[in-house]
Amino acid sequence: MIHVENAAKSFTLFNQGAAVIPVMRGAQLNVARGECVALVGQSGAGKSTLMRMLYGNYLASAGKIEIGGLDVVQAAPREILDLRRKTLGYVSQFLRVVPRVPTCEVVAEPLLLNGVDRGAAIHKAEELLAKLHIPEHLWALSPTTFSGGEQQRVNIARGFAYDFPALLLDEPTASLDQKNRDVVLDMIMAAKARGAAIIGIFHDEVARVRVCDREVDVTHFAVRQ
Amino acid sequence: MKMSDYNFAYLDEQTKRMIRRAILKGLAIPGYQVPFASREMPMPYGWGTGGVQVSAAVMVPEDTLKVIDQGADDTTNAVSIRRFFEKTAGVAVTEHTDQANVIQTRHRIPEQDLTEGQILVYQVPIPEPLRFLEPSEVETRKMHSLEEYGLMHVKLYEDIAQHGAIATAYAYPVRVEGRYVMDPSPIPKFDNPKLTMAGIQLFGAGREQRIYALPPYTDVVSLDFEDFPFEASKADHACGLCGAIDSYLDELIVDDQGARMFMCSDTDYCAGRQEETAA
Amino acid sequence: MTPLLSVEGVSKFYGSRIGCKDVSFDLFPGEVMGIVGESGSGKSTLLNCLAGHLVPDQGTVGFDTRTDGLRDTVTMSEPERRMLSRTDWAFVHQHARDGLRMNVSAGGNVGERLMAVGARHYGDIRAQATDWLGRVEISADRIDDRPSAFSGGMQQRLQIARNLVTGPRLVFMDEPTGGLDVSVQARLLDLLRGLVREMGLSAIIVTHDLAVVRLLADRLMVMKDGHVVETGLTDQVLDDPQHGYTQLLVSSVLQV
Repeated sequence: MIHVENAAKSFTLFNQGAAVIPVMRGAQLNVARGECVALVGQSGAGKSTLMRMLYGNYLASAGKIEIGGLDVVQAAPREILDLRRKTLGYVSQFLRVVPRVPTCEVVAEPLLLNGVDRGAAIHKAEELLAKLHIPEHLWALSPTTFSGGEQQRVNIARGFAYDFPALLLDEPTASLDQKNRDVVLDMIMAAKARGAAIIGIFHDEVARVRVCDREVDVTHFAVRQ
Repeated sequence: MKMSDYNFAYLDEQTKRMIRRAILKGLAIPGYQVPFASREMPMPYGWGTGGVQVSAAVMVPEDTLKVIDQGADDTTNAVSIRRFFEKTAGVAVTEHTDQANVIQTRHRIPEQDLTEGQILVYQVPIPEPLRFLEPSEVETRKMHSLEEYGLMHVKLYEDIAQHGAIATAYAYPVRVEGRYVMDPSPIPKFDNPKLTMAGIQLFGAGREQRIYALPPYTDVVSLDFEDFPFEASKADHACGLCGAIDSYLDELIVDDQGARMFMCSDTDYCAGRQEETAA
Repeated sequence: MTPLLSVEGVSKFYGSRIGCKDVSFDLFPGEVMGIVGESGSGKSTLLNCLAGHLVPDQGTVGFDTRTDGLRDTVTMSEPERRMLSRTDWAFVHQHARDGLRMNVSAGGNVGERLMAVGARHYGDIRAQATDWLGRVEISADRIDDRPSAFSGGMQQRLQIARNLVTGPRLVFMDEPTGGLDVSVQARLLDLLRGLVREMGLSAIIVTHDLAVVRLLADRLMVMKDGHVVETGLTDQVLDDPQHGYTQLLVSSVLQV
């Protein structure tokens, strides 16, 4: 489902004499359906950079990143948007939403974008919010004022609302209490069971051991400065 | 200086030819505003200089002229224009609609139907019906040429929104032969249905330098909405002098107590009916 | 999939000065593209060339018309182009007073485009105007008020309603949130985003505000001195800019 071959990334700092800073080279990664792979490596090794490259947020300098048959490195913007809508879900550490939009709309949006009937989409969103213990009186409010943990759970609900064939999870269990962490880990297991290919960053070792099939150490791809 | 020192009907022949060309073009393109080089006339703008120039251009010595102002032959404006042509053209004048060949009018169409061969000349203050909402002449000309007339209905929409009905009571816009939107000059909308007639209608705007025309039997439709159709309304009274119930009425305060009376605005029509009753 | 708008080599010069030079791109149905750059970068010139307000000196601007497929709007007749601009196109000006009739009521402003395409039933026009005022969050009891009595944000929302009432397929926006308070901007952005999604609109948004494009645009085009220096997916261009000018632009924004 996800196939990374010789991916490289460098940043060019034009405002500092066009200095080219290579950060990654020769990244290799394959994730099959129903498989969950953890990216490991010390802080700064490039876990988040690789995640962003997978999502098309960072442009790879070389190599190939195929997700669901589409090479993200070469794809046109609308192809990447289409991939993000139908194939590739992303749970980031930070919630970025338009102010004023109610929480249940935020969660239902991926479903609505895939043409799911409005009533059904909202129903599914409410189910997920309840499951993640977001109090019902918050559903109609914008999540921008929520606490860190609440925002994180809204993010997770949104990422799991639609059954994406591939999922990127960036620290999905950070800042969650035991009860909610278990809910999230169950959701990840369920996603695996339905055949989703998952790549995650988990600092929480217990969580990592529970849901991940194997680990990939990105330190091997890092370019030493 | 004797009046006979003037050329017939005051204007020189070259000017009259220029105006006739504009009139002919106007007749060929009903409702289209033809620019013309309006002349200084020995009367102020707003007193009918456009109408006077058109009348002068179409007049021949054998013609009989009638001039009305708001339907009346005896008001200052009508009298002075009639005298002007008596002096400069020496034509016969009349107050009877059916005896005139050329009728110059301000703000009315005579009650009596015009016949083929008669010419009705209107004095027009603002020829551009779109001016109310679009101040740019360049833009209004483009709108006419491209038949972009949505704006005209915006004006009527505003009327209904504000007054519950189309409150425009005079200078009510019309569509000519399904093509040009035209300002019929400030005649009451009661007169609009009469715009389709046997006579020739010529419109002259002196200050704005525009001439437009309606040939006989031109199809003229008053703009409206499906759910607010055009209505040719008048005061719901009979004429206090002749008893007519089908004519356009003026309202008059007749004493210090504020007693009101309604009477025909068309003085010739009213006088004719009174004579008939007396006879 | 055919592009809705296909732009080929569009250039516009003001004498020897470059307005915009050799701009090409395709815009697909449902796509929102942002054009960013500082004042004088040529983004407004380009927008006006695309919307038929300016005639480009070179290039073609193809639009996928409902009846005849892709047509070059630069060479089509003026009546056709004007017809497009009041049916399939919409233009939202930075200053609402440039896009509104200030001496006509809110209802009349919204109804004008309907009447321009032949609507002749007062009740229907008014019902649609009321519906659209609701959609842009203007209370129905303001329908007979003139826009001069509205706040800046309301005027801008009214302009949007007036533009979208005929169900256009392509919306041009020139700094739609410029000059508005930040809180008013957020509300407007949310509204625009909702309408764009709901109606499946394609849009081209010119702005110098990167926050606006991050929320609204799928794709970004960065302009400098009349040239396109970078294009790409919005978040990729903003988070991983590939051109020196874009890096400067992104790093110049104050972080909140």
